[in-house]
Amino acid sequence: MRKLEENIFKILMIIASALVVGSFFLIVFTIVKKGLPAMNLDMITKTPERGFYIGKEGGILNVIIGSLYLALGSSLLALLVSLPIVIYINLYLKTGSWLGSVTRLSYDVLFGIPSIVYGAFGFTIMIYFGLKASLLGGIIAVTLLVIPIMIRTMDEVMRTVPKELLDASYTLGATRLETVKILLRQSAVGILTAILLSFGRAIGDAASVMFTAGFSDNITTSLTDPAPTLPLAIFFQLSSPIEEVQARAYASALVLTIIVLLISISARILTKRFSKNKI
Amino acid sequence: MTDNPHISVQNLNLYYGANHALKNISINIPDKKVTSFIGPSGCGKTTLLKTFNRLHDSLTDVRVEGKVLVDGENIYDKGIEVTHIRKKMGLLSQRPFPLPMSIFDNIAYGPRIHGTRNKKQLQVIVEQQLRDVALWDEVKDRLYSPAVRLSIGQQQRLCLARGLAVSPEIILGDEPTSALDPKSTQKIEELFLQLKEKYTIILVTHILRQARRMSDFIVFVFNGEIIEFGPTEELLLNPKEELTKDYVKGFLS
Ligand SMILES: Nc1ncnc2c1ncn2[C@@H]1O[C@H](COP(=O)(O)OP(=O)(O)OP(=O)(O)O)[C@@H](O)[C@H]1O
Ligand SMILES: [Mg+2]
Repeated sequence: MRKLEENIFKILMIIASALVVGSFFLIVFTIVKKGLPAMNLDMITKTPERGFYIGKEGGILNVIIGSLYLALGSSLLALLVSLPIVIYINLYLKTGSWLGSVTRLSYDVLFGIPSIVYGAFGFTIMIYFGLKASLLGGIIAVTLLVIPIMIRTMDEVMRTVPKELLDASYTLGATRLETVKILLRQSAVGILTAILLSFGRAIGDAASVMFTAGFSDNITTSLTDPAPTLPLAIFFQLSSPIEEVQARAYASALVLTIIVLLISISARILTKRFSKNKI
Repeated sequence: MTDNPHISVQNLNLYYGANHALKNISINIPDKKVTSFIGPSGCGKTTLLKTFNRLHDSLTDVRVEGKVLVDGENIYDKGIEVTHIRKKMGLLSQRPFPLPMSIFDNIAYGPRIHGTRNKKQLQVIVEQQLRDVALWDEVKDRLYSPAVRLSIGQQQRLCLARGLAVSPEIILGDEPTSALDPKSTQKIEELFLQLKEKYTIILVTHILRQARRMSDFIVFVFNGEIIEFGPTEELLLNPKEELTKDYVKGFLS
């Protein structure tokens, strides 16, 4: 009887894993199969030609650059905001303080808000300041979107840092500020994961940049220029009635997938290096 | 026996929320002697030890009343600088917690914080401390590798050396050998016996034989109170209180 139970669960788990792995490969397969024919060097080295937004020829260099700017800028900005917050709740607030619980509750709520809401919120801010759809506007909206992700990921790791480790530093006569270094070193992997997760989210989100970052066929050269992004490019290309343009959507998707994949792989490698001192 | 107290605890009460964990503790801990705290699990030994360097500060819902005088100075006074009193004490916990850095940096951590920046000087300190805890020969070829790669016994000695590097006056050991094998335990015990020439040592232990081997005085704690305090042999072999008798009974037979 127990043997049977065990087998049933084993089979269920195998099916579940197969579904996950299967859909991953199916997605990659589809993108590669459909995207590869449209893929060429021009695609990643040139801006669109012959046709506004979704050119039949040329490439999507402007979109790649716009996406990278946007994801980098918002990840960095979000890090600058999030790091002090998590250090504060994990080191400066006493364990079990109500302010810590309130902060944790609020980022959990923010975490669940769909990205279109952040887009709309960012848009409101932009109107208030008289900003047009631009790289800056996009960065603001996407930063708002990834801050909860960042805080949550870092907080989860910092909470597991043993209190005794921090006490060891205090016992040696270190101040809280000096002990921050110990906390950061011990949670280095978590911080790195948080940055990469946020970057991945930032580069792949369409809804938050739709109204805020705008779109253009030119390379973004300043914060006030519109910043074309990959998810939107895919959306525009797919909605085109012209078949060649549609095919190019898959090439864009392929580029996006490769960027995200590269990030995941470098995360793995860096994690190994960063965790060598961890207790 | 306590005309020369190094730490003097006066009417100390500690509450974890509604839990009255230390009840009216008063004790004088003699200078340059080993004093052991014994007592059943949960009686408040660790809590008492932590009050000596204010490690409860980072918890909400902890209330401390009373005085702890170290070198005649009340460490719970408002104006006191907490880093200054912590520097006077090295703490060795049940499990070693090496800092997430190299062996060298672990030892140099304290001195660096307190202003020693000179590389040569740090090297001298690190070597000296590692020799003092008999770890030098085992690690001299890998000073710059992560401290976490050491065995638990080595880590515990490293933590001791790390504490000694800030030249404390008092060593607090909270069951410092409970995670160690007999061989490493013996090493730590020998070290403590050497160190008592220069330091006041306070040891929490569950092993009565260890308390006997190591200490000059024993404090029996029960349910947050000090039941009995006396010279080692006297307390173990000829306890005055019924509760102490009950607790050390097994040891006598
Ligand atoms: N952070 C805390 N919050 C609330 N209660 C605590 C806390 N730490 C300890 N206590 C309580 O205080 C009492 C004394 O605990 P303490 O850890 O000092 O015992 P101990 O004598 O060191 O025990 P052991 O020998 O098992 O280490 C126990 O009832 C314990 O549950
Ligand atoms: Mg204890």
